[in-house]
Amino acid sequence: MHPFNYHKPSTLAEAVALHQGAEDPAYLSGGHTLLPTMTQRLAAPSDLIDLEGLTELIGIAVDNGTLSIGAFTRHAEVAASTEVQSALPALAELAEGIGDAQVRNRGTIGGSLANSDPAADYPAAVLALNAVIHTDRRQIPADGYFRGLFETALEADEVITRVDFAIPSRAAYEKFPNPASRYATVGVMVADFNGTVRVGVTGAGPCACRADAFEAALSARFDPAALDDAELPAIDFNSDLHASAEYRVHLVRVMAQRATARLASL
Amino acid sequence: MNLTLTVNGAEHSLDVPANTLLVELLRTRLRLTGTHVGCDTSQCGACTVHLDGCAVKACTVLAAQAQGRSVTTIEGIGRPNGTRNGSPDDLHPMQAAFRDCHALQCGFCTPGMILRAMELVESGGTLDNRTVREGLEGNICRCAGYHNIVKAVLAAGDAMQEQSR
Repeated sequence: MHPFNYHKPSTLAEAVALHQGAEDPAYLSGGHTLLPTMTQRLAAPSDLIDLEGLTELIGIAVDNGTLSIGAFTRHAEVAASTEVQSALPALAELAEGIGDAQVRNRGTIGGSLANSDPAADYPAAVLALNAVIHTDRRQIPADGYFRGLFETALEADEVITRVDFAIPSRAAYEKFPNPASRYATVGVMVADFNGTVRVGVTGAGPCACRADAFEAALSARFDPAALDDAELPAIDFNSDLHASAEYRVHLVRVMAQRATARLASL
Repeated sequence: MNLTLTVNGAEHSLDVPANTLLVELLRTRLRLTGTHVGCDTSQCGACTVHLDGCAVKACTVLAAQAQGRSVTTIEGIGRPNGTRNGSPDDLHPMQAAFRDCHALQCGFCTPGMILRAMELVESGGTLDNRTVREGLEGNICRCAGYHNIVKAVLAAGDAMQEQSR
């Protein structure tokens, strides 16, 4: 790993100021993408700005149909939170399925969303649950957040502070995990807001997206069979050593149908 | 940078470069070589230690992130140094179960397996073949000795619950 300057600011304002004053800085959250990238010398920031301990990034709260999760909340904390388990059990289950236990003890929701890995789990939930990404300077609606491969609406020095999820009447997340990494080969969250359905898809394309035709079909008739002929999202499907594009096309429909079937049978 | 942390109950104050990984600090500065480096990319779990009681992969944590915290390695879980008498009772119940169930072949993954398995048992959930296998998702045994590892964790689960009663 190349040398760098390490900073541990005590306020959000200080963190942003450090970022603005450094040559080639990076924010450090759980570090479970950034640090392996640095040890492999694929990234060499001049300055690491550790966000741990910033009080602005901590806390889980349920208020008026919204579940708010602080950006520095680790996956294991989301999975174990009684607030999340009772308000949005599908999100607790999603968090419990990320990576492995040691990864969940370090990785954070804010870090995952800022990184926007095409195979990360949280992005499917952000889109299906119509989340709002709060940052140090503004609020970004889910639909405008994911821009492309590892690309989001965030500015270089912008810090996610919390994510507000709309609490649906019911939701389920189904993923086909890569057996080695547990990343989503394809993951689909289906969320029903009193008859209006939203579907978030991850793992399929360069970044997470919604499946419009699936949403329309399920809003008209909440039945896995309603998706038999529904059109797939118009994206460039990923093809890599883990799965071909054709296989991912197949998986998007199957995962959406499984999530729907789970909810319909309750 | 100056760093203060507790390792296996002892406080250390050290001057380290900022780009020091926790596993490097443990192995090369403190000479605690029981924590192994397998893949160096947070996949294999051989470097698993406890950071404030949570199992983490020490190859993917900066030493700086352990500032003011408490680290436990494989060297710190049995009977404390100075009180050992060379008997099997020196071992932590999880170590004893790995020994009794022949849950190691080459032994390279064992320290990480044991540290993660302890957290799994201490978290208090149901322990069965499925939950143990899922719980050890982040630890790879290249001898593929999983069958006896699962057996050992289940046996240690019983022993640790017995002990805490």
